[in-house]
Amino acid sequence: MPADATVVVIGVGNSLRGDDSAGLEVAARLCGEPRINVRMSEGEGIDLLAMLEGADAALLVDAVRSGATPGTIHRYDVSDEPLPSSPRRPAGHAIGTAAAIELARRLGRLPAKVVVFGVEGERFETGSARSPAVQAAIEPLVAAVRRESRRLLATVAAAEPECGDRSRGFG
Amino acid sequence: MSLITGSGERTLRVDYLARVEGEGAMYIKLSGNEVEDVRLRIYEPPRFFEAFLRGRAYTEVPDIAARICGICPIAYQTSGARAIEDACGVSIDDGPIRDLRRLIYCGEWIESHALHVYALHAPDFLGYQSMIELAGEHPQLAEQGLALKKTGNRLVALIGGREIHPINMRVGGFYRAPTRTELLTLRDPLARALEQSLATVRFAAQLPMPDVARDVELVCLRDRDLYPIDRGQIVSDRGLEIEPAQFARNIVEEHVQHSNALHARIRERGAYLTGPLARYNLCYDQLRPVAKEAAVEAGLERACHNPFQSIIVRAVELVDACDEALELVARYEPPDRPAVEVTPRRGVGHGVSEAPRGMLYHRYELDDDGTILDARIVPPTSQNQLAIEQDLRAVVERYHDLDDDELRLRCEQAIRNHDPCISCATHFLQLTVER
Repeated sequence: MPADATVVVIGVGNSLRGDDSAGLEVAARLCGEPRINVRMSEGEGIDLLAMLEGADAALLVDAVRSGATPGTIHRYDVSDEPLPSSPRRPAGHAIGTAAAIELARRLGRLPAKVVVFGVEGERFETGSARSPAVQAAIEPLVAAVRRESRRLLATVAAAEPECGDRSRGFG
Repeated sequence: MSLITGSGERTLRVDYLARVEGEGAMYIKLSGNEVEDVRLRIYEPPRFFEAFLRGRAYTEVPDIAARICGICPIAYQTSGARAIEDACGVSIDDGPIRDLRRLIYCGEWIESHALHVYALHAPDFLGYQSMIELAGEHPQLAEQGLALKKTGNRLVALIGGREIHPINMRVGGFYRAPTRTELLTLRDPLARALEQSLATVRFAAQLPMPDVARDVELVCLRDRDLYPIDRGQIVSDRGLEIEPAQFARNIVEEHVQHSNALHARIRERGAYLTGPLARYNLCYDQLRPVAKEAAVEAGLERACHNPFQSIIVRAVELVDACDEALELVARYEPPDRPAVEVTPRRGVGHGVSEAPRGMLYHRYELDDDGTILDARIVPPTSQNQLAIEQDLRAVVERYHDLDDDELRLRCEQAIRNHDPCISCATHFLQLTVER
């Protein structure tokens, strides 16, 4: 990886829907970490595409529902193949995460290395808090994402961290 | 998926509608050639926003209401702010603050319509499963759609401070007004977006589409001399002409057993349709010249009652929004202050604006200190649900000869004519659905 490579960590989810907020929480805890650019997304796939732009590697963090035990952490390397069709976050959007990745791949916009971390959720009602199982998985997930990004950046010099949660658009 | 019973009955069910915002399902029952039942089921977990808002301060409306919809937060913030302003005796109808509101709203129309045309609906007309296949065969088209959405997002982010749930909107205007220099950074992207929009009209115009005419009352806002976006009177093509304050006297909402959303009807008349078709038919004369020309070249008539042509109308509105945004950027001078003073007082206020999907109505009742005593929010998709179900019935009656898979696709396409945003429509109490 070149010396100025960047890794973007994208937290995907909805802060109002219980376990669906997990991805956002994990990404938020990585804000300010050296060499990691953090972005937040509500999962609108087209916007995910824009976030992938210019990154050499991308780590996405999202809630999934696949029937596994709640709190299970899944890891999918989608650099060369799609997400499996069954693990699927409750799709409240027209184009979800999996489709956005394939769209990027089809348009030649997918970074060379893309890994998706999913945490198995069980509680998604609007207004609900995260379930205990998912809450317990947050810190291990943060650690896993941090490890993965460091692995990718092992040979890269320090870069300015960016946090996608700060307001942008003003000078 | 469908099943055929022995008595010549067919039931088509789509348990999860793809390529709409939010979650919804469709249920159709046929007996021979007779359409027995048609239902659009909305089971997005309901939003409790009308309840959330009770007890909150009047200043919190833009931030809270924006979270009802990730695709059209500006619509909620605008209708909400205008309703609070109305309650407090304020109406922002001209000047740089009004211009900024229209400009950021243009950004929302651009990104929402671009998303709809390229990602949600064009695949239907071309026989693709999704935008992925479209991108595979026509990458330049996909790139065009992405570029348009990106420009819309940039415009919203520049004025709103953030792409989703913009943080710069407030009752009375904005927390900070952009500088002229900041807005001018969007001049070139918007000029390109205008070209891309015109190409989008040409693309939509040549899509194969059924020739269908639907007879339903059309309702939208009408503004003095501008295509309706941020304010106006409520009008229809059957004689409705009312101030926003008269909404409840003319439109009733009912719970329907099979859906979490409420069904809206015009008193003593019935279903109605709001959105691009309504705006186009009722406010055609207010379209900007470049948009009118594009409509003519696309073969659209002055009156358009074919829901399948909505995709062309949305593309025409893309042109209009890009062209207006360019003008607003060019003539912008920052206001003396980014917001007008809004002093809370006891009373009721109403606010309506045209979200990309149609008319969005807010009503608030305030206490002396601006505490919200009551809130009512009526989203466009909720108002359209009955008309969409009637559309479905007409489509099934016409195409019942198709095999189940083809009929199902045709029905889904017909639902997506109206670009339903189901996330917005279900923010009320949960209903029990019986089968």
